[in-house]
Amino acid sequence: MTRVHDMGGRFGDGPVVPEPQGIAQFGADWHPRALAVTLAAGALGQWNIDMSRRARENLAPKDYARFSYYEKWIAALADLLVETGTLSRDDLRVAADDSRHPLSERALKAERVASVLARGSPADRPGGPAPAFSAGQKVRSLRPAANRLIEGGHTRLPAYASGALGTVLRLHGTHVLPDSSAHGLGDAAEPLYAVAFPASELWAQPENPNDEVILDLWQSYLEPA
Amino acid sequence: MPHDHHDHDHPHALLPPDPALRVKALETILTRKGLIDPAALDEILDTYQNRIGPQNGADVVARAWSDPAFRDALLKDATAVVADLGYYGRQGEHIEVVENTPDTHNMVVCTLCSCYPWPLLGIPPGWYKSDAYRARAVREPRRVLADFGVTLPDTTAVRVWDSTAEVRYLVLPMRPAGSDGMDRAALAGLVTRDSMIGTGLPRSPE
Repeated sequence: MTRVHDMGGRFGDGPVVPEPQGIAQFGADWHPRALAVTLAAGALGQWNIDMSRRARENLAPKDYARFSYYEKWIAALADLLVETGTLSRDDLRVAADDSRHPLSERALKAERVASVLARGSPADRPGGPAPAFSAGQKVRSLRPAANRLIEGGHTRLPAYASGALGTVLRLHGTHVLPDSSAHGLGDAAEPLYAVAFPASELWAQPENPNDEVILDLWQSYLEPA
Repeated sequence: MPHDHHDHDHPHALLPPDPALRVKALETILTRKGLIDPAALDEILDTYQNRIGPQNGADVVARAWSDPAFRDALLKDATAVVADLGYYGRQGEHIEVVENTPDTHNMVVCTLCSCYPWPLLGIPPGWYKSDAYRARAVREPRRVLADFGVTLPDTTAVRVWDSTAEVRYLVLPMRPAGSDGMDRAALAGLVTRDSMIGTGLPRSPE
């Protein structure tokens, strides 16, 4: 059921290696280029953030595991450009010609970068289903963790937190459902909750009985318990 | 049921396999077609290499340490409060601030990708995006904290926030002992990036 990106709780990855404080440094010269190209291409408006995540997760497991962070970004960007029809396979295969693309009118200009980054893309939506749960209520997350609309599709319920008993901490509002949005099926916005799970509910050997993991989960990921 | 068809024969394989060459190739193709503007790329890079970084989050934390009314408003509606300071934006559209206390230590991860509050902390450090952090932070946060040289008492509960939606979390660390009387700018100097992710503690005043 799972994809390789869903790695929460996995064993065997070794130590976490801290880095100096301050603004994070790029590891290689091409990393910032990959970031900038991805953000600029995203500003063409041909896909949303859920589709971007889906494209990265849909890399072959062996590629996902061996690609560095920005390698995933750039591979997923190429895949998205073709999937959305923005570029053709031939565009990638042969040295590009200089013909202007119909979408070039929408290319992000330097003077608009600050305002586009400052505006962001809010995920909350007015309306939608009424909240079914309230703070303090016990809920159980779905099992298995899977997209219910598309077999093998994108979802944001991690496998480690599926089928677990938790408590609603708060309602965040009504947010775009990634399981729908990532596949171009519309926003399908739903109430989104912060749900607290005791570590003992998730792990066979929790480090401390008082520790908790909190996840943001959509209403359709949850059942009353 | 429809299935995800996008699993085979990935177009990215048509580009050169070396990552630096792959980025260059795609940048060239998009530039020649007029889909991206080199000047805009420079502007994006300047933004994240020089302008947006953890100094923004440190400013928020220092204000919360200095002003109880600000702290209360921040914990209630952080998105509105940080927007007033100019810290709203991409990957920070919905902000929640979670406060450390002697009883509770908060720590933030994104196990499924690498979600991070960009307008407050800038781009994420490499370790935040690493498989090791994503895999381990939810299951063994105290061992991860030990990798950062942080040890918490058993009486302090660890709350790990897995950023599975578009809500971005910022940790409000405890104000260090000995910082009485320090002004806001000096307090901000005590706030490290990692202390706002929850893998570190603020610096102690000299």
